Amino acid sequence: MESFKKVTSIVTPLDKVNVDTDQIIPKQFLKLVQKSGFGKFLFFNWRYDEQENEKSDFVLNNPNYKNSQILVAGDNFGCGSSREHAVWALLDYGFSVIIAPSFADIFFSNCFKNGVLPITLDQKLVEKLLQETGVIEVDLENQIIKTPSDEISFEIDSYQKKILLEGLDDISLTFQYEDKILEFEKQSKVPSVL
Amino acid sequence: MGKTLFEKIWESHIVVEKQNNPTLIYIDRHLVHEVTSPQAFDGLRQNNRKVRRPDLTIATMDHNVPTTDRSLPILDQTSSVQIKTLEKNCKDFGIKLFDINSPNQGIVHVIGPQLGITLPGTTIVCGDSHTSTHGAFGALALGIGTSDVEHVLASQTMWLEKPKPFEIRVEGKRKNPHAVTAKDIVLSIIKNIGTSGGTGTVIEYRGEGITDLSMEQRMTICNMSIEAGARAGLIAPDEKTFDYLRNREYTPKNYESLVDSWKDHLKTDSDAKFEKEFILHIDDIAPQVSWGTNPGMTCDVTDSVPSPDEFSNGDPNQKRGAEKALDYMALAPGTLIEDIKIDRVFIGSCTNARLEDLIEASKVIKGQKISPYVKAMVVPGSQMVKKQAEEMGLDKIFIDANFEWREAGCSMCLGMNPDILSPGERCASTSNRNFEGRQGTGGRTHLVSPVMAAAAAIHGHFVDVRKMDLS
Repeated sequence: MESFKKVTSIVTPLDKVNVDTDQIIPKQFLKLVQKSGFGKFLFFNWRYDEQENEKSDFVLNNPNYKNSQILVAGDNFGCGSSREHAVWALLDYGFSVIIAPSFADIFFSNCFKNGVLPITLDQKLVEKLLQETGVIEVDLENQIIKTPSDEISFEIDSYQKKILLEGLDDISLTFQYEDKILEFEKQSKVPSVL
Repeated sequence: MGKTLFEKIWESHIVVEKQNNPTLIYIDRHLVHEVTSPQAFDGLRQNNRKVRRPDLTIATMDHNVPTTDRSLPILDQTSSVQIKTLEKNCKDFGIKLFDINSPNQGIVHVIGPQLGITLPGTTIVCGDSHTSTHGAFGALALGIGTSDVEHVLASQTMWLEKPKPFEIRVEGKRKNPHAVTAKDIVLSIIKNIGTSGGTGTVIEYRGEGITDLSMEQRMTICNMSIEAGARAGLIAPDEKTFDYLRNREYTPKNYESLVDSWKDHLKTDSDAKFEKEFILHIDDIAPQVSWGTNPGMTCDVTDSVPSPDEFSNGDPNQKRGAEKALDYMALAPGTLIEDIKIDRVFIGSCTNARLEDLIEASKVIKGQKISPYVKAMVVPGSQMVKKQAEEMGLDKIFIDANFEWREAGCSMCLGMNPDILSPGERCASTSNRNFEGRQGTGGRTHLVSPVMAAAAAIHGHFVDVRKMDLS
């Protein structure tokens, strides 16, 4: 995984609550067997009409937000299905920071495995960011979001921060505890399936 | 201080615990399916890693398998590739696979318990959010993403922030347990606590209203924990649990000694503390019908569609969400739920496609015909469920009523196979999610119990099944 660098970009405001992963990446696109190429299907049903023409009223189709890397959304973002394809689609499209008042657990966890930073902020701050038209900077190292008029600090678990900043592969990390895993297995009384 | 059931399972699975870090926990059972695993196996190959414990891992294909004649080739090329990829991955990595022709094939959360693979006190993961189903057996069962699938395949462990224990007490007795079902209990819970009410928690369902339920009904409850946002949901095992798992195909040989070790241990201590609590009284609850685009947007069958103001309790974001939902669902506030006409009925999914669900639905159907305006299908949760139902003659009851009787799979719960709604079609569905487009782009889903779905199929609109004789 690539290490997470500072992100400087305008924000894409997606002013909706309970955005579920079925909306982020609809089921018909889950049949790919690789991790790349999902960006063009991101928010497919909100982005395109039945003839697959762009819907002009959807924020991703607004040319002002074309190169945005920061998505700001409402409460409970990423709820529903555990499909990691949702994170792959956001990342492949260009978003590496998602800001919302709250996230669903599995989606939140999936972000860190792919170098995407989910930031939980107070509802009022999110509402301000939804209105922000200028370029903002997300500085993970110092846990600060700089807007043209403000500096907002944010919380992040220190372990997850390290994973992102160093681009760590958590399987390699886990293999450092091989002896502990073996030790656990020796005392476990749970039988094999077969 | 005493411990909750969740804490006991958690503590007995800690491999590495450090301050300010997630905990590395051991996974006893890993269930794999075709949609969320190919990239995980690819990751193993790229890094020259093997599956650490193939003997704790099983696979099946359920999400995009066709539910029509299995002797015919799969027409959807991309589905076919994904199914073949799973076959190859299981072969290459030595994993037991119940493939499309296996008598044990079915929805992963239906076959786990049916085969005796799901066990109390264990940790179970699967790359599917409805893994919470297995919590009905007193297991800590977690849905995970593909990166964690790869992590568990490689190490049989995963890193997890410890969730908080959440007690949901279900008190009282339903007056008509055939009409007011486990589905109505869990929809009522989600209606009350909301779709993020359980975020960051593991729910333990307790109380008379839960212990009264059969194992299959308990699975329906735990299955939808994720729709309340919870990391998992579980129920303490009791004699019903132990009986259900006895003498299944993969029940461990030393099962009785395992039961002895579970009996006194796998329950929440009387002085344990939960971080959150909610109580639902079920004496008078009605059958539930969802009206919006998430499972929290649900009301009694006797109600009318709420106005966004009524629903949102003054929260402007929720109000806009409700407006958008009503627009998508093409429903006006004030419309009586019983006046909503439907086009399709789907009885299936990991929530409600077990034998008991089909038996209960068949009682409503028996000797009747579905409305000429409705297309209806039954998709049994597994080939075993299908076979058992056929031995009881349930297939005939459904077919005589003009239902389609299909092969097992996830089917129209998420419409990855050809079973989908057309744009604008309205469906009474026994599945778990009424998200926009979930059952087909532009399709409109109303979540209900199997008996409510069956009654809607006959009448062409929702009806209160309490008025019927279902005993």
